Amino acid sequence: MNLPKLKYGHKLNFSEKLYNFFAILSGLAIFSAEFFKQVFRLPYEIEETKRHMYDFGLKTFPIVSTMGIIIGFVLALEGYAVLQPFGGTDFLPGSVGLSIVREFAPILTALLFAGRVSAGIGAEIGSMRVTEQIDAMDVSGVEPFKFLVVTRVVATTLVLPVLTVYVIVISIFGGYLAVYLEGGMSFVYFANSLLPYVHINDLVAGLSKTFLFGFAIGIIGTYKGYTTVGGTVGVGKSTTSSVVISSLMILFIDMIMVKISLL
Amino acid sequence: MSDVLLKIRNLSKAFDEHKVLDNISLDVFEGENLIVFGRSGTGKSVLLKSIVRLLFPDNGEIYYRDRNVLTMNKQELTEIRKNIGFLFQSAALYDSMTVGENLAFPLRKILKIKDNDEIEQKVRKTLSLVELESAIDKMPSELSGGMQKRVGLARTIITEPELILYDEPTTGLDPITAKEISKLILDLQHQLKMTSIVVTHDLICAEIIADRVIFLREGKIYAEGKLEELKKKDDYFLRNFFSSKLITETGVENV
Repeated sequence: MNLPKLKYGHKLNFSEKLYNFFAILSGLAIFSAEFFKQVFRLPYEIEETKRHMYDFGLKTFPIVSTMGIIIGFVLALEGYAVLQPFGGTDFLPGSVGLSIVREFAPILTALLFAGRVSAGIGAEIGSMRVTEQIDAMDVSGVEPFKFLVVTRVVATTLVLPVLTVYVIVISIFGGYLAVYLEGGMSFVYFANSLLPYVHINDLVAGLSKTFLFGFAIGIIGTYKGYTTVGGTVGVGKSTTSSVVISSLMILFIDMIMVKISLL
Repeated sequence: MSDVLLKIRNLSKAFDEHKVLDNISLDVFEGENLIVFGRSGTGKSVLLKSIVRLLFPDNGEIYYRDRNVLTMNKQELTEIRKNIGFLFQSAALYDSMTVGENLAFPLRKILKIKDNDEIEQKVRKTLSLVELESAIDKMPSELSGGMQKRVGLARTIITEPELILYDEPTTGLDPITAKEISKLILDLQHQLKMTSIVVTHDLICAEIIADRVIFLREGKIYAEGKLEELKKKDDYFLRNFFSSKLITETGVENV
């Protein structure tokens, strides 16, 4: 796998920055192609993948739980303030639920996941690169791409949708909590006002893109870590750029997926 | 004379305009301990990394048991690499794993051993060779530099490779630990009949383990022979290397 080399230096000119931008994009494409080449090849490293899934899920669980309940609560609270003067609070559970399922839960969970997990992957693999641990694995006859990259990318791709489902549930609960505290709405009434507006298509539209978000987070974090150069400074740069590029990529994928889902 | 295990022919490698290895040819014989000396930046580590194709040379051929390492496919290379151990300067222990897991890793992944009892037995036996059985449950970050080198050595020999490449095994260690590591390398060679190529600056290490020595200078093999012979040579570069004083080309010693 020959990845394009980036230009380094304190002050890069515009053309060098442009070159680096396209070098990263083409590097990511080559890295992704290698992933698809190796993902179905033996050995599957199931134990290592399961370990990462557990680790990533556990790492992000507290922060997405907090975020989920607050987002649901705030959305319902804001909506209640707008709709209540017109007597339109019946529409509140549906509008809150729809926005959570289609947009807020997938994108906010992915952004937090990127911040927590992509940075961790970039830092860990980057440190392994600069301390020759990846070379040590390579010369010992173990394929480091399979063991370090494929396992992590599979884990992020599978864990993010599960976390998103959890965030959807907890956010809707947060929304219910807000309307209950504001207007004393019963849970049955809330559920009856929510379910006619949120269809299975909305759930599919919301969740399908989280697989892509998860893949992007994993592949960008591992790519930046795997291609780290320049000692500890390089590890710092890989960590930061993993989060920045992952976050931008999530927003970009979301824009495209929303457009596709509305066609 | 023993059989040739590794044959290097016309090996060259340059980084940008800087030629690090310049047309090097070398034979390494089965069972010998070859020391590679040279000043910093003369391509010693590049030579080691080229042998296992961590770096790809610009020109030349490397034959491991008459099979060209540089032209073989990835699968063949993986098979060859299983016969070659590499001890990195930093020991390169996997820092997310305990000492025991570091040693078990090549057993599970390379030798495909599934039996946990057999793995533990082998791990303990190898750790006892480097006198670190008590460190089995420790993380690498809890170990001193010398202990990390020992664990690195244990991880390298656990699969019993035919050839071990040592990249500065005693650098950064105190003289006593450095001597202990050197003695360990020699003992392991005697016990396990391994061939070693050791890149080092450490004269004491070389005195303990060297069967043969080569000097690299400006990318070429500058001198080759027994350590004692090279020490006696009337050559300012070699005298400078072996002496505790700085000797210039005109032979004047600056004390």
